[in-house]
Amino acid sequence: MARLNVNPTRMVLTNLKRKLRTARRGHKLLKDKRDELMKKFLAIVRENRKERELVEEMLKDVYSRFVMARALMSDTHLEEALIFPKQKVTLKASSKNIMSVKVPVFEFSTEGQTGDDIFPYGFASTSGELDGAMVALQKVTPHLLRLAELEKTAQLMADEIEKTRRRVNALEYVMIPSLEETIKYIVMKLDENERGNLTRLMKVKDMMLEQAHHYKEKMAQTE
Amino acid sequence: MHKIAVMGDKDSILGFKAIGFDIYPTTGSKDEKAGLLNSLAEDGYALIYITEDTAVDIMDEISRYRSSYFPAIILIPGSKGSLGIGKRFVKESIEKAVGADILAHNE
Repeated sequence: MARLNVNPTRMVLTNLKRKLRTARRGHKLLKDKRDELMKKFLAIVRENRKERELVEEMLKDVYSRFVMARALMSDTHLEEALIFPKQKVTLKASSKNIMSVKVPVFEFSTEGQTGDDIFPYGFASTSGELDGAMVALQKVTPHLLRLAELEKTAQLMADEIEKTRRRVNALEYVMIPSLEETIKYIVMKLDENERGNLTRLMKVKDMMLEQAHHYKEKMAQTE
Repeated sequence: MHKIAVMGDKDSILGFKAIGFDIYPTTGSKDEKAGLLNSLAEDGYALIYITEDTAVDIMDEISRYRSSYFPAIILIPGSKGSLGIGKRFVKESIEKAVGADILAHNE
């Protein structure tokens, strides 16, 4: 791992040590975040998949009923029957916070006619198949909205998980090792300087003692 | 208050009009569909359902809205039946988050 390009001084060492501590803590927090996000994501995505299969199945039913209705009625009649809806769906979108990911929550309410009377047309000029299609479609609506909520949530969370995973990896495999290596390098460099200093002092001390007491001459005389 | 739009070929989406969704039939060219989608997104629709037949042409435009909070673009099968694109979107989400589709055996 590449060592950072810094001066091997005590001040830099202190700063780097502080940075390493922060990086380690950040790494731990992000890892926890990733794990929790993953747990929630999997639960949502399972439901998403189930809901989607359900909706596709139900819509297939709706379409087949509509095909029957269209076969029995002229296009203009059909269009005329459906063009002015009796009920109005209003959607209230609020947001929910899942592990700092903003996800949508859809609440819907139907305005206008309540109860079972959802048919925006008179029964005289329409076929019975259209009624069946309308009822089926009415049943799908809550599932459609639930599907939308789940699918958007899953998409947003997938993005966030990917981002978090990248951050965790960057810290774990790049930032922390390079900080550790730089710290090790500075410590070794400082230790080496310390040893060099010590030997130099010992040498100087020897020289000064020699000057003061002339050991070498005395040794020569005694021989 | 937000609105719900449904985009697709007229035969598929006509029914949604009756339950109170706004329908936008389109069978035009790729640019026309993309333009419609963009204008709907800017128009304050929080939820846009698109039939898969229509969506095939404008996948790029749709994926542009994937990571943004609004609008939610949801694919629904058209009257010709499911093309499996909606399911593939779910699969892609899983693959993006986990790295592999670990729920594939459910299919």
